[in-house]
Amino acid sequence: MSPFLTLLARDIRLASRSGGSAFLALSFFALVATLVPLGVGADLRLLARVGGGVLWVGAVLAALLSLDRLFQGDFEDGSLDLIALSPLPLELTALAKMLAHWLSTGAALTLLSPLLALLFNLTPAATLTLFLSLLLGTPAVSAVGAIGASLTLSLKRGGLILPLIILPLLSPAVIFGAGAVSLTLDRLAPGGALGLLAAFSAGAVLLSPFAAAASVRLNLGG
Amino acid sequence: MNWLFRYANPHNFMRLSNVLLPITVVATVLCLGVGLYLGFTAPPDYQQGRTVLIMFIHVPAVTVAELAYGAIVVCSLLSIVWRHPLSDIAGRAAAPLGAMFTVLGMITGALWGRPMWGTFWAWDPRLTSFLLLLFLYIGYMALWNAIEDEVRAARAAAMLALVGAVNIPIIKFSVEWWSSLHQGESIVSGKLAPVFLAPLLIMMLGYALLFASLWMLRIRTVILERRARSLMQRSAA
Repeated sequence: MSPFLTLLARDIRLASRSGGSAFLALSFFALVATLVPLGVGADLRLLARVGGGVLWVGAVLAALLSLDRLFQGDFEDGSLDLIALSPLPLELTALAKMLAHWLSTGAALTLLSPLLALLFNLTPAATLTLFLSLLLGTPAVSAVGAIGASLTLSLKRGGLILPLIILPLLSPAVIFGAGAVSLTLDRLAPGGALGLLAAFSAGAVLLSPFAAAASVRLNLGG
Repeated sequence: MNWLFRYANPHNFMRLSNVLLPITVVATVLCLGVGLYLGFTAPPDYQQGRTVLIMFIHVPAVTVAELAYGAIVVCSLLSIVWRHPLSDIAGRAAAPLGAMFTVLGMITGALWGRPMWGTFWAWDPRLTSFLLLLFLYIGYMALWNAIEDEVRAARAAAMLALVGAVNIPIIKFSVEWWSSLHQGESIVSGKLAPVFLAPLLIMMLGYALLFASLWMLRIRTVILERRARSLMQRSAA
């Protein structure tokens, strides 16, 4: 197996085993979706109106939960030094870790979203748009998140500062993602919003391995 | 490029700023004084009445708030590409100033919005993107403070500022797409009457000079602090 796939498989295995992040992120996502109706009231029309936005914000926050460990665990036990010495370029290492993070959180959250959309009384068309927007948009969360994770990997309490530095950068994804759902609810075509979201995601996935690798190097080198 | 690197040496910067700082402080006081006098003696606007005065303290604040982020980005680029030592200090010193001008712009904007729009806050594109800009400043400062090793902190913060710079146009575009109450600009397009334009431009210059003076002062303070620390270490050894 190529080093890239080995690393990918290892990180996914780590995320799915005990104490792993995948199940926690899904539970957190479902919990947010449960608390919001308790807070804003059970009016189904209101819930349908805010559902797209709430589920998008919930998905971004759920994906954040495990981000601070993206490089940190490997940094603390020294395996990141070994991975950096391997022939695999650090950029591809960062990409593998992003992909593993996305598969274990973003993709899983996307699969769960239609179920939660039911709780929010979203129409079938809006549910489909939500599903598509999460599918297109969550890679950006993992990609931008990987930059934040690499910048804070040496911090003992990086989990506190990470959301602060990446959430403002992720605002376009939330705007276009939740916007696409709102457009569908208003019987307008969501294609434009989904296209912009896909463009944001593609740009983030393309550029962030370089930024993340550069900041990992900065933390490993003296 | 040589002139840029001459001031990478803190000693040269100290000598230059020692001469420049008194000049910019006097110029700041003059500009703000003349600008405020002209502003207060300008006639009331036919729609906004006296609240038009708020423009003279609001518009320059938001302009400088944006400029300050630009200054951080330039410093970050210098710091990452050329490892320019002074630009690390300069970027860090500019951030609290930028955040302060952002807050000042938001407060004066809210005070103007209440009588004019009927609300302190509206989720309008410009207001929203300034709120996000404030969070970018807070994140930048938090990252600086969180990493103990100063060299690493400087490079990490610089990286974050550059990522932010790439993202800011996208954030602006997405927020525009998302919603649209704030009036468009009226300076470049010549829609502003000269009796308002003159004090506004003078106030802008005054704010920019104020930023420059405070920025230099903060950089000088950091350099002096470092010198004091190394002197103490030397005498202890």
